Amino acid sequence: MGMTITEKILASHAGKDVVEAGEIIDARLDLTLANDITAPLSLEEFDKVGAKKVFDSEKVVFVLDHFTPNKDIPSAENCKLIREFSRKYGITHVYDGGACGIEHALLPEEGLVVPGDVVIGADSHTCTYGALGAFSTGVGSTDLTYGMVTGRNWFKVPESIKFHCYGKWQRWVTGKDLVLYVIGMIGVDGALYASMEYTGEAISALSMDSRFAIANMAIEAGAKNGIFKVDEKTLAYVKDRVQRPYTVFESDDDAKYREIFEIDAGKIGLKVACPSLPSNVKDVEELKGIHVDQVVIGSCTNGRLEDLAMAAEILRGKKVASDTRCIVIPATPKIYLEAMRRGYLETFVEARCIVSPPTCGPCLGGHMGILAKGEKAIATTNRNFVGRMGHPESEVYLAGPAVAAASAVKGSISHPLEVA
Amino acid sequence: MKLKGRVWKFGDNIDTDVIIPARYLASTDPRVLGEHCMEPLNPTFAKKVKTGDIIVGGANFGCGSSREHAPIAISALGIPLIISKSFARIFYRNAFNKGLALLEADIVNEVDEGEEIEVDVTTGVIKLKTREVIAKPIPPFMVELINEGGLINYLRKKLEDHQ
Repeated sequence: MGMTITEKILASHAGKDVVEAGEIIDARLDLTLANDITAPLSLEEFDKVGAKKVFDSEKVVFVLDHFTPNKDIPSAENCKLIREFSRKYGITHVYDGGACGIEHALLPEEGLVVPGDVVIGADSHTCTYGALGAFSTGVGSTDLTYGMVTGRNWFKVPESIKFHCYGKWQRWVTGKDLVLYVIGMIGVDGALYASMEYTGEAISALSMDSRFAIANMAIEAGAKNGIFKVDEKTLAYVKDRVQRPYTVFESDDDAKYREIFEIDAGKIGLKVACPSLPSNVKDVEELKGIHVDQVVIGSCTNGRLEDLAMAAEILRGKKVASDTRCIVIPATPKIYLEAMRRGYLETFVEARCIVSPPTCGPCLGGHMGILAKGEKAIATTNRNFVGRMGHPESEVYLAGPAVAAASAVKGSISHPLEVA
Repeated sequence: MKLKGRVWKFGDNIDTDVIIPARYLASTDPRVLGEHCMEPLNPTFAKKVKTGDIIVGGANFGCGSSREHAPIAISALGIPLIISKSFARIFYRNAFNKGLALLEADIVNEVDEGEEIEVDVTTGVIKLKTREVIAKPIPPFMVELINEGGLINYLRKKLEDHQ
């Protein structure tokens, strides 16, 4: 019996030739990650266990992206704590101030994750790096501490579910629409504890930015990781970014899958997840006319260049509706700069969007765009749980960048064709 | 370990944003986190809950973010145990790492809010009004980890042996 890409990566890091779904393994880690919300708890545990050093000061990454630029004194204290820890233990990769970007857009961009890696992060969207053909998964702060100190952690090898996508994508449709479609189909626990593996010609046709968005939301189906085959696009992406050698793993033809879904890409239209679950997915046409007070274009799901390009194309020469606020958040400094060079930021500001520095900010209801009671938002983010972006009686709709930008122009949920 | 406690009922997909909203995550103080536990769903929960009370939920309890503040907030209120049909995977690991016991059993439709139930966490036997239910066994690997005093104690021992 063959193995899946996930099984092969885990086996290689556990020093084994073969692993099977359900098996508990102790695996070597290539990288650990924490942010300004999750690191403080990890550092408390680090002190408690009496650790004297991290396993490798170049493989422990901190990104201060959630409540930054700091929203209040406790957030500022948390960041200060992480800076002091990093100086004391000589941590190389600390992303702070103007070097800060949203962690899951930043790490691949900086070349810190390579195909074949095993990565854990104290942030549930750590699963994003599966787009690079790496195994990456979210953990809590205590598991992260264990990883930071020992360079290892235990894993249950997940069962795999394959999503084979064929056909041609429709205009405006991106990876976000596919992942919303999939979550709508299998539910928010449809892939609980499992690996979601995407293959097929329609996947090869997707950009890296779209693949990151799909892997990012694996957790929204309860999955342990999302993962993609390494192809020319992956290799082109890592070529000028990555310094380390890496190994490309590939699923065997006779690998074992719990389930295989065949998806016709051509049948997937623009999708929107309605309040208050990411699985509450409808076609945008069914929701036309719902007023939105706020639009957010950004986050670790959709704050990349492809997303900003699409939003700029729709917003060029237009204005955000008068009773709607639109916040655009380029995910990293590099994306911000490139969006500036290409004139996207000018387009956004002229359209009366707010252009924010890179931050997780409003996605998790932290700061920089909190909703009042009764307000509705459409966002390119990843969660729409009760009160996620502010007041418990506010509501969030999730969509891709085209629907979000069109909705900003109309002031209500709209298809891009309505504002063309 | 045997427990007896009053039931607080919750539904399916109780996510970490309702267990502890992100706006309170600048704090790592269990007391502060506990005060806002479940606030979006039930603003008086933290005030009314008593030490020893038990949460009973449906499918996919603890879905969403990896924030360990979620099990910390629940434990801070003196809740020793959650019984749910299923748990989200990161929450499952976090709860055990933080000493909050979890049992997988589908009993939410068989208990009333405020009802007192008896649970043997070790054997997984849950005594309801009309019948006894046996929860899905905790995986042997997790039991070993719990017996070691949790992941952090295991790590502490490992470091001490090393030094």
